[in-house]
Amino acid sequence: MNGDIFGLEINIWLDALVRLGLAVALMTVVVMALIYLERKVIARFQQRLGPTRTGPAGILQSPADALKLLGKEDLRPKNADPWVFELAPYFVFIPIFLVFVAIPFAFDWQIRVLELGLLYVLAVSSINIVGWVMAGWGSDNRYAMLGALRAAAQGISYELPLVLALVAVAMVVSLPGDVRGSLNLVEIVAEQGHIPYIVWQPLAFAIFYIAMLAELNRTPFDIPVGESEVVGGPFVEYSGIRWSMFFLGEYTALLLLSLRGAAVFLGGWAWPLGEEVADQNAALGLLYQFTLTAAKAGVLIFTIFWVRATMPRLRVDQLMAFSWKVLLPLTFAQIAANGLVLVYGWPDVVLLAASGGGLVLLAVIIDRAVRRPTPRPGLPSGGLEGEAVR
Amino acid sequence: MGESLHSLFGDYLAVLLGTVIGFFLVFTALVATRVLAPFSPEREKGTTYECGMLPLRRASTNIGVRFYLYAILFVLFDVEAVFLFPWMLSFVELGAAAYYQMLLFILVLGAGLAYAWKKGALQWR
Repeated sequence: MNGDIFGLEINIWLDALVRLGLAVALMTVVVMALIYLERKVIARFQQRLGPTRTGPAGILQSPADALKLLGKEDLRPKNADPWVFELAPYFVFIPIFLVFVAIPFAFDWQIRVLELGLLYVLAVSSINIVGWVMAGWGSDNRYAMLGALRAAAQGISYELPLVLALVAVAMVVSLPGDVRGSLNLVEIVAEQGHIPYIVWQPLAFAIFYIAMLAELNRTPFDIPVGESEVVGGPFVEYSGIRWSMFFLGEYTALLLLSLRGAAVFLGGWAWPLGEEVADQNAALGLLYQFTLTAAKAGVLIFTIFWVRATMPRLRVDQLMAFSWKVLLPLTFAQIAANGLVLVYGWPDVVLLAASGGGLVLLAVIIDRAVRRPTPRPGLPSGGLEGEAVR
Repeated sequence: MGESLHSLFGDYLAVLLGTVIGFFLVFTALVATRVLAPFSPEREKGTTYECGMLPLRRASTNIGVRFYLYAILFVLFDVEAVFLFPWMLSFVELGAAAYYQMLLFILVLGAGLAYAWKKGALQWR
């Protein structure tokens, strides 16, 4: 059995190894760049300069930090559970890294074309919640424990809208021969050559974006890692390079979720004119397709930084209520509406109308909640007896 | 049949190799820090990082019931999501009956969510 890379016929094991090695190189470089860029972007938003000392305009700050972390002493608290504490970084990092296998970067440039790519990506990436809980449980620290429980509660609550929003858009994928629905990420991107799916499914994109912020534990959903509440969350007790594994995992997840969003909603490498340019000139087309993917993921990442600079942190009851009472019913409504349109073969404009209506509804709900916040629970306004029924 | 099994093996071989590579990425970093970093264990360094005093009991004891409530709800809806995946790939060919059956399933679970909402299970307290 042979694979085919750079036009060379090579062994299938070697083929997978080379592709994964390229992914590792890409991940290392991009994560370092993202850490630097986040510090610079946030600094600009706050009218500061950010890192400037290390190298020209501070671009060597991230490698310097990595070297410093490598030289720091690696501590383990006496009370910590040694196995759970030591294994937690593996459980956080490996599942996130595995998502690379199914992500398309350009035409025929991915590690593997998985027929159930979207399902695989969702299944694998949610394992890392286990790693967070292990870190919190193994540290034997109250802050870490609280942070891990918050991370688990938030992770599973926002997992559902994320999965269902992606299901909603995967239903709409139209393949040649009047077949609807695909979980193959490569097919999903290739079918968006003319119109990206964000046009037909704006509500699903909005829900995906919000759930993505929550899955990444980023502002305004950063209560699991809130410095002022749980002093950094599940990895309080971690130090040195072991701590930086969590950091690496977080930024890799940021990169991969943005790439996933770019592929599923924004057209990945295919829109606009991805295939047409490649037909004219293969090398130029490849460059163009890589640029498209990187630009779309970059825009998503920039908006995530922007949200961090703008929004305050949500309270835990608001956060859970938003997921279960607003996002989950809306995603179910979206799936039901999509199914109705598809099964009767109505034109795609109806999809846009239904989803756009849902988006307006979501905006109205958020606007009302922002204007008139719900009172904090647990205040003495009746019902302190601890009864289960409100 | 044989051919498709072979290609399936080739596809998920990358997943297996990715797991091994991910393991070695973390492992080499930890070995490197063993080699490069100073290592001088002291009693004080092994204490829990909380507030300066030694904590009284282990941290992993009592967990609020509300976390379990959300976990149970999550399992219900995640199982539903698992059923949705094969359905969404095939319901257009299967026709309107398949759609209405899944709609009924979603509505039953929606009723469950409404009941949990009414009972206050979604209220964080």
